[in-house]
Amino acid sequence: MTDTTITLSAADFEKVDSDVSVQLLSRPSLSYWQDAWIRLKKNTRAILSLYIVIFLAIFTLLGPSIWRVDPSLQDLNQISQAPSFAKGATLVGQYKRWNGIIVDNFPAEPDEYYETVQPVTGLKTYEKATTQQVRLIWDPVTGAGGYNIYRNQRVPEDFNDLGLPLGSTYGANEVSYEDRLSLESRPYFYSIVPTDGFDEYEVYTMLSITPRMTITVTEASDRGLIPSDDLTQIGHKINLEFHPFGTDYLGRDMLARLMEGARVSLFIGIVAPFIYVVIGVIYGGTAGYFGGYIDAFLMRFADFVVALPFLLFMILFKIAFGIGPGESGIFPMLLALILLAWPGTARLVRGQVLRIREQGYIEAAQLLGAKPTYLLLRHIIPNTMGVILVTLTFAVPSAIFTEAFLSFIGMGVAPPTPSWGSMCNDGVKTMLSHPHELIFPAVFISVTVLAFNLLGDGLTEALDSRMRSKE
Amino acid sequence: MLLYTVKRLLAGVITVWFIATATFIAMHMVPGDPLMNDKAVSAEIRKNLEQKYGLDKPVTEQYFIFLGNMLKGDFGISFTQQNRRVNDIIRDHFPVSATLGLLAIFFAATGGILWGALTAIYRNRAPDIIIMFLVILGISVPSFVFAALGQLLLVNINSMLGQSVIPVAGWGTIWHMLMPSLVLGLGTMALLTRLMRSSMLEVVNEDYIRTARAKGLSPTRIFFRHQLRNAILPVLTILGPQIAAITTGGFVVELVFAIPGLGRYFVQAVQQLDYTVIMGTTVFYGAFLVLMVILVDILYGFVDPRVRLN
Amino acid sequence: MRLILVAILLLPIVSIHAQVDATSADFETQIITISLTQEPPQLNGMKATDAVSIFMLSHVMEGLVRYDRRGNIAPGVAENWEMDESSATFWLRKDAKWSDGTLVTAHDFVFAWRNALKPSTASEYAFILYPLKNAEAINRGEMDPSQLAVVAEDDYTLRIQLERPTGYFIKLTAFTTYFPVKQSFFESKGDRYAADAQDLIYNGPFRMTEWTHSASLKMVKNELYWDRDSISLNGIYADYITADTRARLNLFIDGKVVFTALDGETYKDALTKKFRIKRFTTGTVFFLEYNHRPGRVTANQHLRKAIQNVFDTNEMVNKVLATPGNLPGESLFPVWLDGVEDKFRREYPAPLAKLDLARAKEHLEIAQRELGQSPLPPLVLLVGDSPTAAKQAEYLQGLLKSKLGLDIKIDVQTFKQRLAKMTAGNFDIVAAGWGPDFDDVMTFGDLFASWNLNNRGRYNNPEYDRLVRIAMNSSEPKIRMDAMGGLQQILYDDAAILPQYEQGVIYLMHPKLKGVVRRVVGADPDFTYARVVK
Repeated sequence: MTDTTITLSAADFEKVDSDVSVQLLSRPSLSYWQDAWIRLKKNTRAILSLYIVIFLAIFTLLGPSIWRVDPSLQDLNQISQAPSFAKGATLVGQYKRWNGIIVDNFPAEPDEYYETVQPVTGLKTYEKATTQQVRLIWDPVTGAGGYNIYRNQRVPEDFNDLGLPLGSTYGANEVSYEDRLSLESRPYFYSIVPTDGFDEYEVYTMLSITPRMTITVTEASDRGLIPSDDLTQIGHKINLEFHPFGTDYLGRDMLARLMEGARVSLFIGIVAPFIYVVIGVIYGGTAGYFGGYIDAFLMRFADFVVALPFLLFMILFKIAFGIGPGESGIFPMLLALILLAWPGTARLVRGQVLRIREQGYIEAAQLLGAKPTYLLLRHIIPNTMGVILVTLTFAVPSAIFTEAFLSFIGMGVAPPTPSWGSMCNDGVKTMLSHPHELIFPAVFISVTVLAFNLLGDGLTEALDSRMRSKE
Repeated sequence: MLLYTVKRLLAGVITVWFIATATFIAMHMVPGDPLMNDKAVSAEIRKNLEQKYGLDKPVTEQYFIFLGNMLKGDFGISFTQQNRRVNDIIRDHFPVSATLGLLAIFFAATGGILWGALTAIYRNRAPDIIIMFLVILGISVPSFVFAALGQLLLVNINSMLGQSVIPVAGWGTIWHMLMPSLVLGLGTMALLTRLMRSSMLEVVNEDYIRTARAKGLSPTRIFFRHQLRNAILPVLTILGPQIAAITTGGFVVELVFAIPGLGRYFVQAVQQLDYTVIMGTTVFYGAFLVLMVILVDILYGFVDPRVRLN
Repeated sequence: MRLILVAILLLPIVSIHAQVDATSADFETQIITISLTQEPPQLNGMKATDAVSIFMLSHVMEGLVRYDRRGNIAPGVAENWEMDESSATFWLRKDAKWSDGTLVTAHDFVFAWRNALKPSTASEYAFILYPLKNAEAINRGEMDPSQLAVVAEDDYTLRIQLERPTGYFIKLTAFTTYFPVKQSFFESKGDRYAADAQDLIYNGPFRMTEWTHSASLKMVKNELYWDRDSISLNGIYADYITADTRARLNLFIDGKVVFTALDGETYKDALTKKFRIKRFTTGTVFFLEYNHRPGRVTANQHLRKAIQNVFDTNEMVNKVLATPGNLPGESLFPVWLDGVEDKFRREYPAPLAKLDLARAKEHLEIAQRELGQSPLPPLVLLVGDSPTAAKQAEYLQGLLKSKLGLDIKIDVQTFKQRLAKMTAGNFDIVAAGWGPDFDDVMTFGDLFASWNLNNRGRYNNPEYDRLVRIAMNSSEPKIRMDAMGGLQQILYDDAAILPQYEQGVIYLMHPKLKGVVRRVVGADPDFTYARVVK
């Protein structure tokens, strides 16, 4: 038999030092939001969108200080110019009326009807052709009763290809014509066709002319291109204003207009969607979460708002806010946009919420005693982010174009203040002949949309709790 | 289900009534005179015109007359086209807009679901980037540009063939409907693509997908049975209002393609202050919208068993 | 694969030069296809006011007289007529028939004119019947329609008494409001008159056989028309209805329509396709109308003179509008109006505005002193919502700001709102236009008489009124034209309005379609005497 008594001493009851760290936390614990933020910062798409946003901010805020051109200054010598380097022009005096040439002793109308006549001869310019005017003269034709003048921008192939009908003269003895119709310094091909006073004879004579680029002394001095309107400067060459992005239909600098338009468009295009998406989310979230009568009532009200005729109510808002004629009503327009656009988001969010609230973790959280606000903010809404961000992406161009439409009917920005949307509207009209007027504002809108798209994608990835980093 | 439908229909009627009233009030508050025209007329004629259209009565009385007529289904005679009843206008032109709209939705839905699924499957690879680029272009460029380009495309095709094979404008055969409905559906297609994409990306990470894969189901089966069906839900949610929006928003397309739809009337009526047409088309569209929303909500209940409504 | 995609995407932008076989003008059947700009809103001739309705009516109906190919008055339902200071008589032909086989009689005219003047018909063009004695009183409800001094002496003789000497009365009877209406047919249709193709009977060169609202309508040659041998076309089918100029150009390129108007943008496409472009001055004059009501800044003559001295109509026409066909706006009276023997503007040349900045500034200073405000408050420029109007308004805004330092606020309004504001006087300047109703100086001359309701600026000048009355009450051409010349001078001296331009349009016409006439008044374009050649 061994002795099983254990002898205990006081030392056995001494506390053991806990000097050994058993569990070292490898990194601080992160909440859901903190984790999302870190991942967002590393996300390539989000970074890209950040760069775009920075660029747009610089463009809008600093741009006008760097490129100091008045966006409403009309340069009628350079209408609808494509982007190019600065053009040169020669200074000329004021336009003087020209009475044309009427030949004496030549009948205005023929004495009898001729089956055919000779084509016009002696067609030449009266003086040097400039972009101020092109003056043509020719020799009268026996048997004619008048002449029609055409102008084309390439060599006419046949009688049906003479180009634009510029005008007519009344009588065979009126053998001159002055063309001033939007002349540019490019080759023009004029054709003269003799008529019997009513119908044309099927012959024509062609002359090719390239007018010289000119500007009057008065205009040049008005626009500060030369120091004074001293007429001794006639004949000198100067450089016209430089328009790197070209000009629009009234000769206004595109770059300056884009910068000024950015303010309105970005403000409306960002602030309005944010606000009404937030409203839509709260509204739709509440409706979806609570269900029942609250849901029914809220949704029917949303349907009601959607069915109202948009234009009618816009006009009404304009009156209600007392916007005077020709004044900019940015805040009323913002309000109007918001008030009429939120139902779309609300509906989408509600749909998502209906789906999510049946998930297991929601019930679990409820059992744990979570209040509705907490549930909505912490669990439900982050999981609807996908849908919300899609709506945001679409809301931006939608707001920009709605703003363009509203400005057009007199609500929103007043002319001459531009906005990207209204520049697009104007650019569409000259889409095929001067595409730059449409392309530039459209590109800027696309870039803005792209920024939101990328941000949205980045946010979705960042907020996706399943992708949350594990230790 | 039946009770639910009845309740919704009742609520719908009330909504339509609200729409009619709000529009009526707004219409009469907007400045401008529906009877005024380029050529000024004498006071006597003016009085006669007002009497003819009932505009000489106080506004409240006009409202109740209008309500009474509306209940009988009579919306009166158009101010601008004095030989046509508003009912006839709606009856003649709505089917055209509806056909155009439904075809557009069909394109938008099939296209949207298809492209959206594609971008989700080939995420971050070439198809995804191309399609997303097109989507962004599609929403950054205004719709009338697409309408004009679309028509131009048809003209060029016909020129190349030397014969007018596809009609460039007008209405009548299926060939007339193709390009306009495609253009009309583009905006919605872009929206649905984007929605589908984000929806699919969410769904693909769900537990039940992992379970299904673990169970050994084939990818195709998983895709169609589980992924698609769940991802479609947000698409369905907005389908209702989108159908209504497309049918009313066809104005530009109808103009460019010379289509005799109701959209043109809808817009021009406001510009010309044609009271009867404004009220008639607004009420009609309101009812249509409400109906579409109800239909889609019921459909939603069938597709998503979790959301059987209270 | 990707290349094909890119190619398809770029296809619309590439301009293809090949032509499509056109089906719009068929030589064998002599049928042409056109497009209308809008659904005709009103085919009741007694009430029609818009261009499309008048176009339709002028082809399917006919009045006492009509315009021939060269634009001169020719016999219509009436074979002969005579007129003096106080009366007119028309002798109708005995073979003018309605499309239901019955004859057109003088009674049809009496009925139509009485009906148009009845206040309950509420016709906006009733005023064009006012040269008839008692017409105005009837229209005001002061007399019964039966008191209209127009009598059908028998079935084929129409005796008319005139309210005052009206030298241009014969031309008036070519207008839609003067067209005949068969009483029994009209009354049998009641509210449905002119609602559909079968709710009208026709006495013109064509008749309407089909009408699908907002979509299409068809006109075919009227075999019962008295002059059917002069009509070559067998049918005019309006298969498309759209206001979009680009869409109509595309239809033309596709060979589907024979005619389309071009605007500032679409003409460039037409040029590349090598189509023959034609030009036509529509006869409408556009001008800025000032608000002359007391208390308005624009009631001050010196302010108006200042603006007159800086506005260059040539710059507006050549650089801003930039389409051929527009003429510089030099006067309220357009160039096509006839004077005594030659054109009005050649006998009475318009006083030319001098561009003089120094003078303008002087006027401005005087205005500021007289109004007691320096600088002047912003002026409100009221415009419509068409794209051309907006462009012009912006140009004016820039011009007045840079040359005179005047602030202009642009007030864009849709049609009805703009009219309401004009009538209420809620503007400083409004961009307005006026198209001729009939082929005589008076259609422009009386526009600014103080009693004219269309004078929405309320310009009130007793001297102007006096001259208008002289012209109204005389049938002596020299006296009338002198008075009108005087009006032109007053408008310039007083700068009562600022003429901007005379509208011109350019258009395309199928090369095989000949004989189409473009008119300033009446049906435009007029296909009545057109024919398709091989």
